[in-house]
Amino acid sequence: MRYPSRSRLSTHDPNLKENMSEKNDTESKDTQWPLWEVFTQPRDGKPHEHAGSLHAPDAEMALENARDVYARRKEAVNIWVVPSDQIVASKGEDAGPFFDPADDKPYRHPQFYSVPRASKRRS
Amino acid sequence: MSTETTTLTKQDALFEYLVRLADDRLILGHRLSEWCGHGPILEEDIALANISLDYIGHAASLYEYAVEVEDKGRHRDNLVYFRNDVEYKNLKITELPKGDFGFTIARQFLFAGFSYFLYKQLSDVEDEQFAGMAQKHLKEVKYHLRHSREWVLRLGDGTDESHERIQNSFNDIWTYVGELFHQDEIEELLQGEKLAADSENFKSDWKELVVDTLEEATLEVPDFDQFMVEGSRDGLHTEHLGHLLAEMQHLRRSYPDADWE
Repeated sequence: MRYPSRSRLSTHDPNLKENMSEKNDTESKDTQWPLWEVFTQPRDGKPHEHAGSLHAPDAEMALENARDVYARRKEAVNIWVVPSDQIVASKGEDAGPFFDPADDKPYRHPQFYSVPRASKRRS
Repeated sequence: MSTETTTLTKQDALFEYLVRLADDRLILGHRLSEWCGHGPILEEDIALANISLDYIGHAASLYEYAVEVEDKGRHRDNLVYFRNDVEYKNLKITELPKGDFGFTIARQFLFAGFSYFLYKQLSDVEDEQFAGMAQKHLKEVKYHLRHSREWVLRLGDGTDESHERIQNSFNDIWTYVGELFHQDEIEELLQGEKLAADSENFKSDWKELVVDTLEEATLEVPDFDQFMVEGSRDGLHTEHLGHLLAEMQHLRRSYPDADWE
């Protein structure tokens, strides 16, 4: 390629047509494009962190919008975008069984255990 | 600049060339800035404002270098705020009103594609400062091309309305694209010194990019051999430039000694 391009993700994504056409009104009153979650990696070797969300018609445009909205001040070396509806989240009512049992199990933290003085000195 | 028949020096030519390049980018950047707060969606509003600032930034470095080459102790702002429309040398394609989003995207694509090939050549000129500037700006130009190209594909191959609007935009703007490749004695002199690009060398690459993209976007490519306007580099402009300059220069001219401090 002599000019910058990319591997085609979904240029002619049907989502775009659907979301730009007025026929869609029967299904949803929301005229916005689909929502995407943006994750930015601040430096090489660091984990990607949730930066925020945005609307975009397809993956390539989501990436470009993410660059413009969340990475124009040198915040990132890499970006992930994920359709928001593809993220599976735990529900509020899950909190009890999911997280509360950890309340009385401090022994699951390594700090719970005292380290023998001899091995401390060695390290 | 060249009303008198004095010999054109390398210094004069380089100054004029830098000002031409800067004028194109300043005027296009200003036009694009008119989208700020009016973008079709928030994300695109931010994208257009970013790109607008990139262009104005490119213009600022080019003017800065131009006044350095001129060596008359002039400040770059002087070139921006105290020249009238006939003294501006930007191509007419850059000064046309922003139109609808389709028109803006059509122009951005045609101009970014041209700039991409131009800056690739300018990155190799035999002038360290000029080449360095071009290399730095080229990275941003690549993004401008990617952004506008992706939009051309989506608008062209989108809904009936988006297809029709961007097709009309390309038809309307076509008469202004010929001038992108205008070259005169300024370029010729500098090409001999390896200080300027030669657009003849990338005209076919640019055409190929445009044809490939428009075809992929299911758009018809207007006729390259149709009538093309000219004269911008001699200061001939559309009536739109005067209005743009009035708005851009008004404050500075009303308060010439105003200071940000």
